Amino acid sequence: MIPFMALVRKDLRLFFNDRRAVIVAIVVPIVLASFFGYLFGGQKGSTEMAKVPVLMIDQDGSDISRGLITQLAGDKNLDVKPSSLDDARDAVRKGKATAAIVIPKDFGKDAGNALFTGGKTGASKPELGVLYDPSHNVELGMVKGILSGAVMQSVTQEMFSGRSGREMVNQSLAEVQNNSQIPAEDRKALRDLLGGVKELNERQDQQRGSAAASGQTELSGGLSMPYVTREEAITSGVDVQYNGYAHSIAGMGVQFILFMGLDVGIALLLLRQSGLWQRLRAAPLSRATLLGSRTVSAALIAGFILLVLFGFARVVFGVRILGSFAGFVGVCAAFSLMTAAFGLMVAALGKTPEATRGYSIMATLIMVMLGGAWVPTFIFPKWLQKLTLVVPTRWAIDGLDGMTWRGLGFSSAVAPIAVLLLFTLLFAVVAVMRFRWRTDG
Amino acid sequence: MLEVKGVTKSYGKLIAVTGVSFRADRGETIGLLGPNGAGKTTTVSIIAGLLSPDSGEVLIESKQVKSDTDPVKLKIGLVPQDMALYDQLSARDNLTFFAALYSISGAKAKQAINEALDLVALSDRAGDKVITFSGGMKRRLNLAAALLHDPQILLLDEPTVGVDPQSRNAIFDNLEVLKKRGKTLIYTTHYMEEAERLCDRIVIIDHGRVVANDTLQGLHKLLPVTNIIAIELDRTDGFKPEQMLALPEVTSAELKQNTLHVGVRDLSRGAPGILSWLSENGHSYQHVSSEQPNLETVFLTLTGRSLRDSK
Repeated sequence: MIPFMALVRKDLRLFFNDRRAVIVAIVVPIVLASFFGYLFGGQKGSTEMAKVPVLMIDQDGSDISRGLITQLAGDKNLDVKPSSLDDARDAVRKGKATAAIVIPKDFGKDAGNALFTGGKTGASKPELGVLYDPSHNVELGMVKGILSGAVMQSVTQEMFSGRSGREMVNQSLAEVQNNSQIPAEDRKALRDLLGGVKELNERQDQQRGSAAASGQTELSGGLSMPYVTREEAITSGVDVQYNGYAHSIAGMGVQFILFMGLDVGIALLLLRQSGLWQRLRAAPLSRATLLGSRTVSAALIAGFILLVLFGFARVVFGVRILGSFAGFVGVCAAFSLMTAAFGLMVAALGKTPEATRGYSIMATLIMVMLGGAWVPTFIFPKWLQKLTLVVPTRWAIDGLDGMTWRGLGFSSAVAPIAVLLLFTLLFAVVAVMRFRWRTDG
Repeated sequence: MLEVKGVTKSYGKLIAVTGVSFRADRGETIGLLGPNGAGKTTTVSIIAGLLSPDSGEVLIESKQVKSDTDPVKLKIGLVPQDMALYDQLSARDNLTFFAALYSISGAKAKQAINEALDLVALSDRAGDKVITFSGGMKRRLNLAAALLHDPQILLLDEPTVGVDPQSRNAIFDNLEVLKKRGKTLIYTTHYMEEAERLCDRIVIIDHGRVVANDTLQGLHKLLPVTNIIAIELDRTDGFKPEQMLALPEVTSAELKQNTLHVGVRDLSRGAPGILSWLSENGHSYQHVSSEQPNLETVFLTLTGRSLRDSK
């Protein structure tokens, strides 16, 4: 036991003596996790999100187009500014605006017409031009959704209560009556609809007249969204809000601890080329002692890094272990052991430190990326989400998320712990089987 | 004490050592002498249990090293050719760690460390990090680390590589102390002066084979000459050294630049005839000296190549 403890103690001393290694292992993930945590919602969701810049090109100048611009400008997610077509193209190309919406001439008239006839009178539906930055596809979807609601609201408002709407209803009514292309039954239905709207408009005019006489405000008209949303973030408790730093600390922690594991492997490869390895091998030490002590010291360092990272996140960002503490410790311990075994496997499979460094960094980055350390896995396509279940980092991050901000119980930590321990076993078996003990290869 | 019997080791098609055999008794210092790549380090690695021989065996007090944890390994101390120290730890911390590898701790470890530091004269630097040490100090500490478990056999793989003459002498002094304590030293080197100074017996290895195994005096007896006369000629135009082989007592003649090296069986009988022959044939000379053949000469004689820079 004395040699084993000495080997572990020596590894720990060498790690903590190397201040640069300690800084890289602790400070860098803290900085990156702080940044990503801030981007992904920050503490208690208080971070104000950046508005999507949208340019409006109004070539119509109608009541509807003006109403549409007013509707969009009122949306909290958009930063709407007027522009010309050429300026808008230039701005989108340069990335200064995410999208530009072109309202063509006669849009108001054609949209009102299309609203009631659906284009059946022969006139085509008007086109809203949307110029967009292809690197902002996600925001484009949001802009189109908001635009759709705003168009419906502004067009129907004008059609049901505006001046041009009344003219449009009268004109559409005349077109429907004279249009033989529309089947008789459809024509009757449209006539009834438009007639009803005309009657409604006349009644509203009367009400508006009496309201104006009594000093009341003008009545609004048109369709509106038939629902409102009540938003509730599902976290560990009713009053507990999501803390974006919890996930980012888990993600960055996993990434940098894996890099530490990688360093353990590379260091072992370098050790094999040195006189120190000869001295260690000349001593009466079993292979289990040599590799086991390395595993324990690497796992202790990994556990220490996780402890410091979550400790920092607790103090500075208020990240709390809202789930099972035992589950949290279990996931940390299992991941630490897996990291150590991963390092040993790197040393076992690598031939030279130089060559090994390249491919193992690539393997680590892929594991980290697929594990959801950079972006949450729900962004991935379905097939990729299923694939990531065979990536240990996915289980580590899910396990840490579950025990921190999701506030899940110990039972939810069992699967991540079991999977991580299975990976530990797998990596360790490969390492022991493939490790080259002799320096002659 | 130590017996190496017919050890052979190959790396693929490359034969590192073949049929290497020698023995070392208690208190004896054996020099493994040979050029770089001769197979010295491979031999030492096999003795230390770092490599398994393809054939042959190594016996330490009649026992083979059978496993990684075999207690027989306690009888061996290895001083690797590469520095085997942790630069970021102090000398004492290094030694404490290496003592613990042999399950030595507490007061026993402290005593062993103090003795080792005293021997290599590093007690006053015990608390300093190794990274602050000179090359010679590191070499001495490298030696001290192999002594902590008090091994009977010390394997020293070129322990003076890259050190200044002063540090080399200090290491020699340390080794002579160990020799007086009855330790068996196996010392690999390609410096003949080191082998001549330290070793009781010298095993000359070349291309993985033992080409000689004897005491220094015994090796000298292998030589066809007892002396070499060096004569600095005024002019060497048209001089043919092989003509001198016809003279009695002359066994070799070689011209290096303007110095003629003539090997003779007997100096007193050979020298007058050589000098007379030169005068009679019009070869004037400035300087005459004689020297004893050394291990370099032995190696040259046995292998036909120089000891240093041999490939």
